[in-house]
Amino acid sequence: MSLLSVEELSVTFTARGRKDATAVDGVSFAVDQGQVVGLVGESGCGKSVTSLALMGLLPRKGVRIGGRAEFDGQNLLTMSERKLRDMRGSQLAMIFQDPLSSLNPVVPIGIQVTEILERHRGLKGEKARKEAASLLDRVGIPDPARRLKEYPHQLSGGMRQRALIAMAVACAPRLLIADEPTTALDVTIQAQILELLKELVDQEGTALLMITHDLGVVAGLCDEVNVLYAGRAVESAGRRELFAHPTHPYAHGLLGSIPRLDAPRGEPLNPIRGSINDKIAWADGCAFAPRCDHYTMECLTGTPELTEPRTAGHQVRCVNPVLPTAEVPA
Amino acid sequence: MSLLELDDVKVHFPVKKGLFFDRTVGHVYAVDGVSLSIEAGQTYGLVGESGCGKTTLGRAVLRLNDITDGGVVFDGTDLAKLPSEEMRAFRRRLQMVFQDPLGSLNPRQNIESILSEGMAAHGIGKDQTERREKIKDILAKVGLPSNALSRYPHEFSGGQRQRIGIARALVLEPDVIICDEPVSALDVSVQAQVINLLEELQESLGLTYLVIAHDLAVVRHISDVIGVMYLGGLVEEAPSDALYAKPRHPYTKALMSAVPVPDPEVEDRRERILLHGDLPSPANPPAGCRFHTRCPWVQETKCATERPPLLDTGDGHKVACHFTAEIEAGTVKQTLATGIEAVTGTETVAAEAVEVSEGETETEVPAADAPEKAPVTVPAQADADAKEKAAAAEETGAKASDATDVEKETADATDEASGATEKAEGSPKA
Repeated sequence: MSLLSVEELSVTFTARGRKDATAVDGVSFAVDQGQVVGLVGESGCGKSVTSLALMGLLPRKGVRIGGRAEFDGQNLLTMSERKLRDMRGSQLAMIFQDPLSSLNPVVPIGIQVTEILERHRGLKGEKARKEAASLLDRVGIPDPARRLKEYPHQLSGGMRQRALIAMAVACAPRLLIADEPTTALDVTIQAQILELLKELVDQEGTALLMITHDLGVVAGLCDEVNVLYAGRAVESAGRRELFAHPTHPYAHGLLGSIPRLDAPRGEPLNPIRGSINDKIAWADGCAFAPRCDHYTMECLTGTPELTEPRTAGHQVRCVNPVLPTAEVPA
Repeated sequence: MSLLELDDVKVHFPVKKGLFFDRTVGHVYAVDGVSLSIEAGQTYGLVGESGCGKTTLGRAVLRLNDITDGGVVFDGTDLAKLPSEEMRAFRRRLQMVFQDPLGSLNPRQNIESILSEGMAAHGIGKDQTERREKIKDILAKVGLPSNALSRYPHEFSGGQRQRIGIARALVLEPDVIICDEPVSALDVSVQAQVINLLEELQESLGLTYLVIAHDLAVVRHISDVIGVMYLGGLVEEAPSDALYAKPRHPYTKALMSAVPVPDPEVEDRRERILLHGDLPSPANPPAGCRFHTRCPWVQETKCATERPPLLDTGDGHKVACHFTAEIEAGTVKQTLATGIEAVTGTETVAAEAVEVSEGETETEVPAADAPEKAPVTVPAQADADAKEKAAAAEETGAKASDATDVEKETADATDEASGATEKAEGSPKA
């Protein structure tokens, strides 16, 4: 059985006098021990809200959550706040996008790291400090004893992200959720951080849920990839399968619209027309239909089902998938 | 002759201290001696990581930053020495497209007002009716409906806002457009639309672009010539294809190997050169070659003491490295530890570091028994052994970067390069 299995997760934001906004609309995926699963999509596709829902970090009021998210047999979505607090940090941990705003600016790094050790592992005083120093050392922060006394603003961006990772892995969590962990960083620093995450997964067998918009990062890191569009997974496959045969027109278009470092130059890109604002509700049909080059009237007759038009395990939510015969040169 | 020529441009921001007396305690060397030339109708791409001075350089061309030294020759006129009144007239011919499409549009002006303001200031069009016709024409060119005129920036999506930003530059009929991160705030599917638009406009209007971006794939797609900046200076300049086919400067090599490619086959195969530590502070740049503190190929001689000039190695491929030929011939090996020890930038420390790390190379098992290229070149899917080596290297590397902060005062003011630049620009508080 999978460590985390999410079934038909939906998150709807409600406010009086306004239309309900459905950010996540039936997302299902599973993460196994030692596996890296990617959630990819553009802004507004619901990838971050998914992670917040799993961690129980969404506000209680004004949010309606549906579906199931089983972590080790327990449903995270209905768990009591007290129990969830025990789980967060020790079993589940999260790395956020912006390392500066996720650290408390007026508290030294050391206290922020030892806080977790005190709460979950019962370490105190000198012992906790020693452990914190070894954690910082492990994620590649030099001179950890001195760094523990420093404030977040004294660290560089890459170093801050390392500190956040140290805090996330402090209690050897079984599932790590990384929400755009390298988006705020430069490419050379990004390469360092990705290498570090890979190491953690390989050595500790931690499961990693990687949330990103960068298909390049996904290609190098994830075992399984879920492409989200407007709150639903439109395509799920192993990374080699997905990148070799993108089958949903959205995934196909996305890969065609990225300028690649290793591709021949001089050809114009094939962008997807319109923007994410041009969508229809999933209940009425395929949300991507207004931007799709392959759409037919069939697309507007209710939510398309997940099918496996190519190979087993390669799921696509489309009635007119991009198949070899119809493939346009990318 | 080139349309735009930069000759040894320097932009230094003073770092001030004290509440009443604005004592200058140092400088942030944001741009420190950049020379380049852009031909008419060409696209020049400027890449580099945050804090390397690429944005400052772009702004300096328009004199939005004061130029400390050097010349910016546009169509025969040195902009750096023009009185500001005359400079203002020249700005019609040199326009800029900014990174943040929402932040660079006034939320309380409608699109017509935003676009016609510049035209009125430069006396384009007799009256508003004539200007409106022209604006409609440009809006159609950038792919916006003409009913956009009476709408406000918040009513548009990110990609459309960037189109408005491009239209604002185009209405003045400029010769040169400086695009500062034109697509980095956009989603990939929309990004491609804007890139295609920029290319179409260049073709139909004969524009010259200076594109500043951190995304190498985007820059490569759009540029004819690319310059790679590191810590205020150009380290390599070459025609786009040549640069990507054969990067010659160690920094360019590392940068290109760090860019993720959306293809698992490529990702698994390729070798990654991991750089260690962070960018040194531009307030206290290393002596000699700016990159020697992080360079995997750093040598004992020259690198720490002598700043390499940007020299043409043939075919317009310019490199600023003392050992380009030797690295390519393989006579200069990657030096694992030496590449990452010295960061402070003083010659003595650098020399010491070289000695220390030499010792390490001898004793350290992984470095000693590793094949020529192994130490820091880690294949994406390396065996556990190689990963350990990388981890070891990472540690030492990070330790080295630590030394940057030795000077607390400077480090405080310039913790992050970009931050420092902003502070210095903004207020004397910094």
